[in-house]
Amino acid sequence: MLNIPLKDYLRETRIFNARLGVAGVIVVVLTFILLARLVYLQVIDYRHYATLSQANRVKPVPIPPARGLILDRNGVVLAQNFPVYTLEIVPEQVKNMRGLLDELGKLVRVTDGDLKVFQKQLRERPRFEYMTLRSYLNEEEAARVAVRLPFLNGAELRARLQRHYPFGGLAVHALGYVSRISEQDLDRIDKSAYRGMQHIGKLGIEATYEELLFGRVGFEKVETNAHGRALRTLERIAPTAGKNLYLNIDAKAQAVAEQALGKRRGAVVAIEPATGAVLAFASTPTYDANAFVNGIEPAAYKALLEDPDKPLINRVINGQYAPGSTIKAFLGFADLEAGNSIDMNRSVFCAGSYNLPGSAHQFRDWKKGGHGAVTLHDAIVQSCDVYFYRLAVALGPERMKNFLAPFGFGRATGVDLPAESSGLLPSPEWKKSRGQPWYPGDTVVAGIGQGSVLVTPMQLASGMAAIASRGLRMKPTMLKAYEDPRTKERVEAPATLIQEISTKDRRNWDLLFTHLMGVVHEAHGTATGIGRTSPYHIAGKTGTAQVKAVAQGARYDEHATPERFRDHALFVAFAPVEDPKVAVAVIVENGSHGSTTAAPIARQVLDQLILGGPADARKAAAVPPTPPKSVEDEE
Amino acid sequence: MGPIRWRVDKPLLYALLLLAALSLVVLYSASAKDVNVTISHFVRLLLGFAVLIGVAQVRPELLERVAPWVFGVGLFLLVAVLGAGAISKGAQRWLGLGPLRFQPSEIMKLGLPLALAWYLSRGGLPPSWLRIGVALVATVAPALMIAKQPDHGTALLVAASGLFVLFLAGLPKRLIAIALIAVAAATPILWGHMHDYQRNRILTLFDADADPLGTGYHTIQSMIALGSGGFYGKGWLNSSQAHLEYLPESSTDFIFAVFGEEFGLIGILLAIALYGFIAGRSLLIAFYAQDSFSRLLAGGLALGFFVQFFVNIGMVAGILPVVGVPLPMMSYGGTSILTLMAGFGMLMSIQTHRKIVEF
Repeated sequence: MLNIPLKDYLRETRIFNARLGVAGVIVVVLTFILLARLVYLQVIDYRHYATLSQANRVKPVPIPPARGLILDRNGVVLAQNFPVYTLEIVPEQVKNMRGLLDELGKLVRVTDGDLKVFQKQLRERPRFEYMTLRSYLNEEEAARVAVRLPFLNGAELRARLQRHYPFGGLAVHALGYVSRISEQDLDRIDKSAYRGMQHIGKLGIEATYEELLFGRVGFEKVETNAHGRALRTLERIAPTAGKNLYLNIDAKAQAVAEQALGKRRGAVVAIEPATGAVLAFASTPTYDANAFVNGIEPAAYKALLEDPDKPLINRVINGQYAPGSTIKAFLGFADLEAGNSIDMNRSVFCAGSYNLPGSAHQFRDWKKGGHGAVTLHDAIVQSCDVYFYRLAVALGPERMKNFLAPFGFGRATGVDLPAESSGLLPSPEWKKSRGQPWYPGDTVVAGIGQGSVLVTPMQLASGMAAIASRGLRMKPTMLKAYEDPRTKERVEAPATLIQEISTKDRRNWDLLFTHLMGVVHEAHGTATGIGRTSPYHIAGKTGTAQVKAVAQGARYDEHATPERFRDHALFVAFAPVEDPKVAVAVIVENGSHGSTTAAPIARQVLDQLILGGPADARKAAAVPPTPPKSVEDEE
Repeated sequence: MGPIRWRVDKPLLYALLLLAALSLVVLYSASAKDVNVTISHFVRLLLGFAVLIGVAQVRPELLERVAPWVFGVGLFLLVAVLGAGAISKGAQRWLGLGPLRFQPSEIMKLGLPLALAWYLSRGGLPPSWLRIGVALVATVAPALMIAKQPDHGTALLVAASGLFVLFLAGLPKRLIAIALIAVAAATPILWGHMHDYQRNRILTLFDADADPLGTGYHTIQSMIALGSGGFYGKGWLNSSQAHLEYLPESSTDFIFAVFGEEFGLIGILLAIALYGFIAGRSLLIAFYAQDSFSRLLAGGLALGFFVQFFVNIGMVAGILPVVGVPLPMMSYGGTSILTLMAGFGMLMSIQTHRKIVEF
């Protein structure tokens, strides 16, 4: 202020003071308007509002909407609502709590646990709220309470709709569940939209499509007496029920997948290649979603959390595994595209191991002694490691990544479920960013799907579906359609193309089909066990992913290895080869062999989805033992 | 030299202390005698007064120097919050800093008047057209970002605080007239672009009974609370509107309705006198201030405080639409008490660091 001329200072003072004066006048005027309004409300209109306050026994009571059902593609109900009676108490209206509790205890069974939970609510929540004393009253108990209700001031019998999953654990990882609204939920939802609601979708479909399933809360203007008991309903704004969701899942195939996995830890995903529709979504072990609906008991939750089989993990989209030899299906395409073996007869000699030039480190083939001279076709059919070691080195890590990325690896597939993992498609750059150098050996093992590469079962199935549709990778979608329960108006979920995988020569797809079909239908194929009896043609690839590194010079001995360290078994496939309807990925943790553990599971799921049930053994014999030369003739 | 002299403005401090004491009394009742809520509010008040005393010791020259930085940091955090919100695909107002959750929009409540007072005073008053243009952009940009969070209440307060500084700096009368005409002309267009719920909030002002369970519910219940309080009030802890759960958000945005119901017009006159005194004292500090930066800052803060309590009480009394503006000092929750007190600290700093004796 001191370094400006006095004339300017005075001018500024004048301007500011004039403006401050205007502001001051406005402030005074507005304050008087406010006061006038308050005088009007509190003095002139006092009688009016005092009456309203007295008569404010008219209370809007929220009416919860019925949550939308979840059904499978054929209309099998996977999640529904059940009416349950609860006995609730409004403490403010109770004169003698002990007396009331005694009386209620005579009418219905109230356990010490119930009482404890009730006392906790009594301590922590405002006294004018409804507090639950007992849930799940049966008809008889409800009737007994209802008759005595006029003499039980403060007690209330309420019917609530409760979520119920009729199949318990079936597809639980896909469906998710609803549970009590938590503090964190309150932070992100519109509280007024959830007035009177106690439940919200937490995981899976229940969470993704919460908005569709939820509907809209209705209100009832209820006149109450001095004790707050409802006398009559004055006005009612009906709630809007949530939409019914039809999933792409086929409940029968889902059950077949889960039964086939049995007690093992693993995952099965089946996708319709043309649309991306997810037909089966199994992650085992499962758990009973119903246990979560009313808040799971701490002990039961702890048991689930500490279960070494980790049932709570959604293995389909959050299980990240080394793809093992299943990656060869995709690298086979890279090989064809790169032009290394368009000549089907060009072969590589496999002597059972591979050395990088100038290095003594041996990268072994799974087959002791090797496969001899192998073409790409042989290498895929017999799963020759040495061929793919060489291919990986020839392509180099960057090109290998560029060939694999279009199939969706290293990125979430975008399936309509929350919190999908992205897997990992490593590159020298990625490793450098973590402060580690990329060794030539990293390239070699990447050729057989080992090293740091990680995929989710969903990515494997989606990638396989992209092969099956000859390069059109569709977004995997759980939702098939939703329907307004009242108007029956139905909206189909759109199929979304994520990527069209470019190819130099469309015949490369046909060649790849032939190679993958050989895996299942040729005598030397690694999955010939499921091909012999199949009435339709399957194209597939087995895989075995190491869990524990095997030392140089040592051999992996399955029986000497504890179960938890045994290899993961994988199998990816699509069928029928001539007109692919289903792509499937199977992972069995510590299942040892893709061919004997994973492939038969995939076959059962394919049979269910393609044939509608287990294959007839006689029909299988009708299939020619050798497949046609190339499927391109079919087009 | 003598003992250390704390630089505080006693009239302002006493009024604030009185208001703080009143807020605890009201909140205890409004929160249905929730001791935890009351204690938590008490702690916030303590922190607030510590901030107030601390800021009051800072020389205005230092405030002037950090002004653009406060604005810059605020703007950066706002962008960060918008970005984080975009990633989590949900509304986001908070930035987590360890156990603290902080609302960057709160920084802007101080950052914008600070920055504008600094920027406009540097060029001399009245400001050039260029400076007016820059100041308008600096006002509108953060306000829009806050509105997008969406937090329309705070966006309104921030925009208002910027416009006040501009007005006090001598915004040309012609421009003010044009702006008023433009606003009047744009109202129908704005109306067309509003969400249904925003339109309803405004329509509710004219006829609260049109939608008694929906948009009008808040307003009707708070008017019943105020009106039934009458001249003398129903007495402390006797707000049936709040305790029977008719009045929503009774301990946050609508706490004034509980106060009015329990303490009547007498209590309200006292409260408004207190708020009015604080606003008046703040304006007086602006008047006494001796350089343009201090004047603009003090004036902007004083008017900002006034608007905050005017909008809140106006909303509770049913003459302004329901926007989420808390009542300063009284409403429970959030970090707004800290920014509010920091603002009063600045006012005290301006008042107690003057170089020339009073006129």
